[in-house]
Order: sequence, then structure tokens, then C-alpha cells
Amino acid sequence: MKLIDRFVEKFFWVAAVLSLAVTILIFAFMVILGLPLFKGGQFFDLLSKPWLPDHSTFGIYPMIVGTLSISSLGLCFAFPLSLGCSAFISVFGPKRLSKILKKTVQLMTGIPTVIYGFVGIFLLVPIIREIFKSGSGMCILSASLLLSILVCPTMILIFTDSFDQVPKPFLDAADALGGNKVQKVLYVILPYSWRGVLTGLILSLGRAMGDTMIALMVAGNAVALPHSVLDSARTLTAHIALVIAADFESLEFKTLFACGIILYLFTTVIALSVRSINSKPWRRK
Amino acid sequence: MTKTSIRVVFIFFAVCFVASPCFSSPLDTFEGQKGTIKISGGTAHIPVMQEAAKRIMIFNNDIQISIAGGGSGVGIKQVGEGLVDIGNSGRAPTNEEINNYQLKMFKWAIDGVGVIVNPKNSVKSLSKTQLIDIFSGKITNWKDLAGLDKAINVYTRDKASGTRAVFWKKALDKGEITDKANFVVSNGGMKSVISSDPYGIGYVSVGHIDESVAPVVLNGVAPTLENVKQGKYKIARGLYSNTKGEPSGLTKKFIEYLFSTEGQQIAADKGFIPVK
Repeated sequence: MKLIDRFVEKFFWVAAVLSLAVTILIFAFMVILGLPLFKGGQFFDLLSKPWLPDHSTFGIYPMIVGTLSISSLGLCFAFPLSLGCSAFISVFGPKRLSKILKKTVQLMTGIPTVIYGFVGIFLLVPIIREIFKSGSGMCILSASLLLSILVCPTMILIFTDSFDQVPKPFLDAADALGGNKVQKVLYVILPYSWRGVLTGLILSLGRAMGDTMIALMVAGNAVALPHSVLDSARTLTAHIALVIAADFESLEFKTLFACGIILYLFTTVIALSVRSINSKPWRRK
Repeated sequence: MTKTSIRVVFIFFAVCFVASPCFSSPLDTFEGQKGTIKISGGTAHIPVMQEAAKRIMIFNNDIQISIAGGGSGVGIKQVGEGLVDIGNSGRAPTNEEINNYQLKMFKWAIDGVGVIVNPKNSVKSLSKTQLIDIFSGKITNWKDLAGLDKAINVYTRDKASGTRAVFWKKALDKGEITDKANFVVSNGGMKSVISSDPYGIGYVSVGHIDESVAPVVLNGVAPTLENVKQGKYKIARGLYSNTKGEPSGLTKKFIEYLFSTEGQQIAADKGFIPVK
């Protein structure tokens, strides 16, 4: 082997070990610093109690509900939109238009979320407030609408990739049987690429749960348990951002590690489920 | 990828060379200096910090000054841990914080905290009891205050905010803030949500009040600069810049500049009451 090859190989090896180590170290860091919570048996209390710092109750239940409702509602909005858009790109659209559309979507993945949040405050929030005539417009609905724009590009790109993997003979067979484009999507492409669709959905859920800025800026951040989609709510990520300035020694600050651990567990479950979907044989021959 | 707080980072690259002024000015002490000053913390301070930084960086473009928000708690914590050179706070640091971090504090202006509503709101005067009831969630509709039949949207700041600390202590008498309240992360953020929400109520540094929001007269006293100065408007606080230990070098010069006639004039121009 040439010297340069060996060097490159070493470099890749170090990079792989380093990124794995950082992931594990961060988790260990949170568990160790959150240890007092586990020891005191408060950890599970936290998961079910409200956040009332003036009464020394630091439960994060409302934030867990906030995170789950905002991200899952966002996904509900984004899913049909993305499915339609990717079907258009891979099947219905004229070649050139599809290409332009796909490039645009790729471009959209890079937009910082703070920009969505900013636009949301000035455009979306007043509209929601006026339409529903309830609350301030800073609510779960506004945040999830913006989140759906955020996760759409991820979903669309994964969907189109999996649609494009459908073997050509399958499509030819559908054509030969006289199937039109709609039938081709419904009976050939979707059944064949459901794993890709599921992967896209789960990865987008991870993206939606991990986002901070959108929820912080437009969800309102109230600590009360939300009862409707028009209520103001706080996500785990926004909660960490808001409480981070508390005194290091306080219990208030320590509960942030509980938030961190929970977010970590959510994403781990997501990553594992994606892997289990993809580890099964992908192509049926 | 995400930041812990909305940061207002202001870096001004002076492209033009400014001929040194022929008269003596407080900026002269920055002559021939080089380096950076990092500032973070209180968001009420930002307009003054930006203006001071701009003037210093135009005068001498070898100096770079970065300004971030985060709130008073963040400012005190970051300067204590040596992450920034100056940590601003809209409240005096507690004795514990001063001892833990060996903080040296400099109070360069006085500021009021005013209650604000949207200019379209007809309710422009409240008693202190009404204010406490609004923020604790007892009064939830503007019609109880002779306004429209609309739910009141309460906006507050996070715990790191010095503005909140002062408002909570002096306006709410340490009363409860409803858990339905929406949280905003800076004075500027508060102003923009209130200016866009016709049924909102919140509080900001008096220096931030402009025509996009309407100040609320509290117990017959309007939150104006004049009333704060005369001591009639009681919800007031000092604006502090804190350093870890005695400041030195550029940091020292920056703080001296804040206390110079020019620095104090900037504070006055931005709606605060100079201490000198």
C-alpha cells in the first residue's frame, strides 16, 4: 500500500471512532450529571408532574406532551404533501420540471430553522390568531405548520430516492398491462417502496423533535399542559434553551439532564427503528 | 446546530479609514489599541452596547467587539466562567454570584420596566392590583378591564431575564405568573410580539418603548424616562456591566468609555437615565 493510502485509511478510522465516542460520551455526560435525579428517585416523578418552579416542582410532563404533539402534528401535515410532491417528481411531472423541483427541494434542506421561525412570527401567527379567534396565535398549530415545511424536503428526497429504486421491469409490466400513471403509483411503486416511505417518515420525526428554534419562536413556550392545538406549548428542546441560564447547582438546572436523556432516548428509538426496517432484505427478487 | 439563545451578534467591519479627529474625544484612549472584546447578557443593554461598539470600531478598526444577548443570568454566568469579557445584567448580581465569581459591577445607567400593550388596545391604564390579577391569571378577558371581549394573552420572560426579576419583584410584589403565559427570550422579542398581538400584554425596558407598542399607565404614573428619573415610577433598576475581577486593557477602556460624557450621552439617547 502506498503511504498516502495508509494515511487516508487511518484518517477514516479515526473519524469513525471519534464520532462514535462523542455520541457515547455525550450520553454518559448526561446520565452522570443527571445521576442525583435517579438516586433520589425523582426521575420518574419528573415525567408525570407539571413545571411549577415557584412551588419547587420541576416536572417536564407538559414539555414531553408539547414535543410529541408538535412533531407528530407537523408530520401529519408534511406527509401527504411530501408523498404527493415526490410522486409528481418521479412519475407525473414532465422531466424538466421535475428536475427543477427536485433541485429546489434540495436547496430547501439548507435553510436555517430560525428563518422559518422569523417568517412564522410575522406571517403565520397573526393569520392563525385571526382565523381561530382564540389565543395569541403562538400555539401548537403554528409551530407544527412551520415544522412541516422544515421536514418536507427531507421526506421528499427520501421518498423520491426510494421511488426511483423500483426496477424498470416492474414499471414496464404495469405499462404493458395498460395501467395508467395513478395505477402505477398506487399498485406498483408504493407497495414496492414502503420501506423507503417509512424510513423517510421516521427520520423526519427525528428532525422535527430535535428542532429548537421554530418551537421556541412560535409555539409560545407556556408551561401549562396544552389541551388543544390552539394552546401555547413548550417543547423539550425549547425548555432546555429557556432554562439553561438557571443556577448550575439548582434542581431546576439538573432536570435539564432529564430532558436531554429523554430526547436522546427518543432519537435512539428512532434510529434503531430505521435500522431494523432497512436491515431486512430491501429488494424482493 | 441550535443555539441556546437567540443571539444578536453584531460585528462591524469598518471599511473606511477615519481621519483621527483633531479635537480630543473619549475615543482617543482606543488609539493604537488592538484586540477583541466579547460582551453578552442583558438584552436591555444591547442598543447602547451596539452604538458604543460601532463608534469604537469605526474609530479604530483593529478592535473587534462582539455583542450577544441571552439575558442577565447568562451574562453573569458567562463572565464568571471567563467565556466573555463583559457580562451585562439588568439586575444587581446577588452576593452569592459576586463571591463565587469575584465579580466587579459597574452601574452605568438607570432603566425602568414598563408594561406594554398593543397600540390598538383601548386599555391603557391599570392599577397595580389589576396588573397582579392579569399576570396571575385571575383576570383573563379584556372586557373585565373595560376593553374588548377578547382573551388576554400574557407574555413573560424566562428566568434568566433581569427585566423579569425586577418586574416580578417591584410590579407583581413577587406574585405568581400564570402557567398559561407565553415566554419570549429578549426585550426586542417582547416588543415585536406585543406590536403584532392586539390582545397581548407584556413588559419591557423603558428604553425599548417606541410607537410600535403602547405604554400602560400604572397607578396613574406613566412609564416615561422623566417619571423614572424623578422617582415617581417605581419599577426601575440599574443597568450593570460586570467583569471578573478588576477589568484591564481594552475591557477597562470600554467600561471607562461607557462612563465618559459620550458614553453617557449614548445611554440617554437610547432611552435610559445616565448615572452621571
